Amino acid sequence: MRFMYIVTSPHNGPPTPELLEAMHKLTDREIKSGRMLDNGGLMPLAKGAQVRLKAGKLSVVDGPFVEAKEVVGGYAIFELPGKEEAVAMAVEFMQLHKDLMPGWDGTCELREFATPPQ
Amino acid sequence: MKQKRRHEGHATAEAHRAILAIWRIEQPQLITRLARMLRDVPLAEDLTQEALLAALESWPAAGVPERPGAWLMATAKRRAFDHLRRSRMSERKHVLLAFDMAVEQQTMPDLDASLDDDIGDELLRLIFTACHPRLSHEARAALTLRMICGLTTEEIARAFLQPETTIAQRIVRAKRTLSESGLAYETPHGEQLSERLSSVLEVVYLIFNEGYTASRGEDWLRPQLCYEALRLGRVLTAVAPHEPEAHALLALMELNASRAAARIDAAGQPILLLEQNRALWDQLQIRRGMQALGRARELGGPGGIYALQAAIVACHAEARTASETDWPRIAALYAELAAIATSPIVELNRAVAVAMAEGPEQALAIVDRLVHEPTLKGYHLLPSVRGDLLHKLGRYAEARSTFEAAAALAGNKRERELLTRRAAAAASAAIES
Repeated sequence: MRFMYIVTSPHNGPPTPELLEAMHKLTDREIKSGRMLDNGGLMPLAKGAQVRLKAGKLSVVDGPFVEAKEVVGGYAIFELPGKEEAVAMAVEFMQLHKDLMPGWDGTCELREFATPPQ
Repeated sequence: MKQKRRHEGHATAEAHRAILAIWRIEQPQLITRLARMLRDVPLAEDLTQEALLAALESWPAAGVPERPGAWLMATAKRRAFDHLRRSRMSERKHVLLAFDMAVEQQTMPDLDASLDDDIGDELLRLIFTACHPRLSHEARAALTLRMICGLTTEEIARAFLQPETTIAQRIVRAKRTLSESGLAYETPHGEQLSERLSSVLEVVYLIFNEGYTASRGEDWLRPQLCYEALRLGRVLTAVAPHEPEAHALLALMELNASRAAARIDAAGQPILLLEQNRALWDQLQIRRGMQALGRARELGGPGGIYALQAAIVACHAEARTASETDWPRIAALYAELAAIATSPIVELNRAVAVAMAEGPEQALAIVDRLVHEPTLKGYHLLPSVRGDLLHKLGRYAEARSTFEAAAALAGNKRERELLTRRAAAAASAAIES
């Protein structure tokens, strides 16, 4: 099963060097173990843009977005045998944040890819 | 009350699944570190199993510890000490080992230890041990799934449609062979490395095909075999990044697996490659496969046995429609493959490609040379291909008897039905012509 992980947080600062190093190690382990297919951190939302559709009207909005509370900071794609493994991976990832970036709050959401309809 | 108990049973099963999931993630680190400390893979494997049992006993009540990897490692190490103490080692070697372990425990903090060491070389050594040529193919596959993928004996048994006791015995025997023959801990080098690597690749491909060509069994664990084989392939390219055939095998598996969703219709009937809906092919997986194939070529291995097979599958993956398939290239690749791996089955496949590239007459010449091949005696695809070529050449009466012969040989009901229909079609074409 393929899963996408999306990390959101109200914090938009960079991770601590300790956390960064631990995440590198985790990423390295997961690539070598053949479970992680892809991952990436995202630049701050202020540097991005949103294309919105509201009431039939399209608009392009550039950052910064003062109203955004939770911001997507990164993603990863994993191939795993089941949801239990997927949850265990996310718990391990968030434990690193707990240990190495005190005061950080956030969510790591995991979603299984929809398989194409037959 | 009864309901409550059932509920508890359900909760326990769920907790066990969650623990197994964590254990599977941590198991490679555990076994590699223990194997390095003990210089004994079979013993290391026993100890990781003991750590799992301990977790299954204590975590459901106590909760999963914050650093489960460290917990499992500490537990396994404690068991290792117990084991060494119990065996009352008078041998100097064991005393030294115990000393090594004590030192290692002192110097290696357990906090996040699982993340701290690069296990690449150790893992490769473990894979080489599990796939030792001294062991049978079945034993290698079982041992690999158990030691490298962390599957339980029960899971392996279900995946291979074998009784659990058979698999358990196979594993015990294989571990004993490794221990007794002193093969339990070694890394091959130089020329031996590539020879041993091919034995590893063979086992990985065997595991993949067991899941991929699932001709029997509906169990979800059969696709699990594909998953584990792919994962092993990715592990191999990470720990042996300079081996072209490791990348080539990964490419072959990724490209084949990319068609998984398109291979079966809603009723479970197989769909032939040329009739598949290519929109269902997994593009991410195709990209990964093409990347791995590119890597294999860069490393100087376009002519390897897996590289050639991957290149053939890549021709299909790259064709947006069946009619865009580059058949001359496929035929040429099969000819190259036939030159290094003399196999009548490769020749038969080449004939199919030649039929598409050049025409049925040229293909029939190849197939006719295979008719008396002893290894293809009883292989229904030979008359099946031959019947198709004869039909295309308008030799309907011969096509009919050939399809009938093929139907009589087919082991699978659906294939038999298809061949019988083709024989009937050839028969009516013979009357009309």
